[in-house]
Amino acid sequence: MFLTIDGRKAYAYTGGKTFDAALPTVALVHGAQHDHSVWVLQSRYLAHHGYSVLALDLPGHGRSAGPALESVEAMAQWVLAVLAASGAARASIVGHSMGSLIALEAAGAAPQQVSGIALVGSANPMAVSDTLLEATRDDEPLAQDMVNIWSHSTYAAKPSNPGPGFWIVGQNLRLMQRIAPGVMHIDFKACNAYAGGAARAAQVRCPTLFVLGNRDAMTPPRAARELQAAIKGQRTVLVSPCGHNLMAEQPDAVLDALTGFLPGCT
Amino acid sequence: MASPKYPAFDTLALHAGAAPDPATGARATPIYLTTSYVFRDSDHAASLFNMERSGHVYSRISNPTNAVLEERIAALEGGVAGIAVASGQAALHLGLATIAGAGAHVVASRALYGGSHNLLHYTMRRFGIETTFVDPRDIDAWRAAIRPETRVLFGETLGNPGLDVLDIPRIAALAHENHLPLMVDSTFTTPWLMKPFDLGADLIYHSATKFLSGHGTVIGGLLVDGGTFDWAAAHAATGKFAEIAEPYDGFHGMNFAEESSVAPYALRARREGLRDFGACMSPFSAFQILQGLETLPLRMARHVENTRKVIAFLAAHPAVAAVAYPELPEHPDHALAKALLPKGCGAVFSFAIKGDRAAGMRFVEALQVFSHLANVGDARSLVIHPASTTHFRVPTADLLASGIQEGTMRLSIGLEDVDDLIEDLGRGLRAAKKGA
Repeated sequence: MFLTIDGRKAYAYTGGKTFDAALPTVALVHGAQHDHSVWVLQSRYLAHHGYSVLALDLPGHGRSAGPALESVEAMAQWVLAVLAASGAARASIVGHSMGSLIALEAAGAAPQQVSGIALVGSANPMAVSDTLLEATRDDEPLAQDMVNIWSHSTYAAKPSNPGPGFWIVGQNLRLMQRIAPGVMHIDFKACNAYAGGAARAAQVRCPTLFVLGNRDAMTPPRAARELQAAIKGQRTVLVSPCGHNLMAEQPDAVLDALTGFLPGCT
Repeated sequence: MASPKYPAFDTLALHAGAAPDPATGARATPIYLTTSYVFRDSDHAASLFNMERSGHVYSRISNPTNAVLEERIAALEGGVAGIAVASGQAALHLGLATIAGAGAHVVASRALYGGSHNLLHYTMRRFGIETTFVDPRDIDAWRAAIRPETRVLFGETLGNPGLDVLDIPRIAALAHENHLPLMVDSTFTTPWLMKPFDLGADLIYHSATKFLSGHGTVIGGLLVDGGTFDWAAAHAATGKFAEIAEPYDGFHGMNFAEESSVAPYALRARREGLRDFGACMSPFSAFQILQGLETLPLRMARHVENTRKVIAFLAAHPAVAAVAYPELPEHPDHALAKALLPKGCGAVFSFAIKGDRAAGMRFVEALQVFSHLANVGDARSLVIHPASTTHFRVPTADLLASGIQEGTMRLSIGLEDVDDLIEDLGRGLRAAKKGA
């Protein structure tokens, strides 16, 4: 469905069901150079199991109008604005990679709106190497190949995503290629520049889940330790074997982690 | 920092989509000869049926052995998804039927395999899908043939019978200007010789019966979605492809383009096409094709090496009237072939011996290594004489009009010692000449 935020079109995939703000709401936030479709299986399941789902396209990504936002803080405020526009009084926010920082920032900034956060493939700081950051600016195809290769732990993830016969390495590359030129650098620069993670983690009071891939080369599990230590009562699910593209490599494990967590978010 | 690299083609040919079997540790891909799969519980069953979880329900729709093959061909082509079907013809049908129904129109190269021509010109027409056939070398003819109801442009990477090289970059650009996808039959080239997605094509299909399996033992087809065509954008611009980019009643109101930003075509082809048309591949066939794919790089190199030597022999032989192979300077697509097919132009080609139909028959009957049959892409070398087989009822004048002479032979060069192949062809040419 489409909402209007700051006069611009904002898209949210609702998992194949009509959005109902009266139900517990889950917002799913993609990472850099991605869109809502990375959450398709989890979105459909949750939407058909008692939740209202907003799998978002961040500004400048997928079907949401640009321009892309230049900081994690601005993206978090946009997500909170989408939640408010949807009519949902409170929502859980599930974020992948850059999206996990957005969820964290939103939970710290607006605890009254956020009932729980799930940080999938997260790290703080989410430092980006100079080589990759420069490539996102100067040579997007090279940067996309680097990210794509580092995001996968296997060339034979089963049963694949969104179904058997789909080649997730190829899909991930095509999805990055589909995003407008220039957005990749904005996204990775925002991840690299975000400095508010520790402070926001200290403010988080809602239930918090970490879902980490044991072979994640982009955000290795050790890079989440600072956040895990700062957030009281957090739970962690280590998915094995799994790289950074957790929702594609291990869709059921991610879903099972979420369905074990979300009922506790009220 | 060194840039990371994807596994090379030869590595993907062995490993893409396949890992040791988690249940048994079997290193080779097991043949899952099962129709169906036990659900963990009722919720698991419902979530599989509603596409909330990934997994197998029924082998007409998906199968673990087939899935390895599907992922592998997608990886080798640089696409996003593969779909294994019963034959190359089934792949062409699924490729078209996913986006074309009654009232739709196709623009196709006229240099097609006879079976593809029949499907388009006669059979699909019965279902309301019209095709305009054009000279594949005439870009203006492609452009002029596009109508408001056109849904796809289609050609073979190397056309029949003269090995016309499809100018994929130009035709893809024309297709995309018109918000249309380009589909190609890549059977003769395989991803080892050409990667059509890198050149601009959007959909690929193969008769896996040929070089992909490579041993003349199995019938199968593979449809590959490149993930390059933006179906939602094309729908927004033209209103076409509503079956992909709007809620579809035939699949619970699913909007495939919302579900997947880059692979909605493959979603629809599998979820509707395999479900309803049902032209699925046997897992045993998938296993055989996987076995073939593992050695595709080795075999294709040898196929091309042998072919080049046979071409050189035939081109210099006094009993040969003409050889059609794009690596020869006199072929009309020689320059294009150098650009698009630098590793070679495959191992199937036609040549004409001097003489009439009877000479052609004597040639075929004298051969001892080449097998006289109607197939290509076998490990063994094959020959067929169109004037006495596939076109035996066609009058000579009509034969010539379609580019086939009475002495035209089609060869598929295999993996034998090339000296034996050349000796065999020499024997045939002597026999053809003796009877004259």
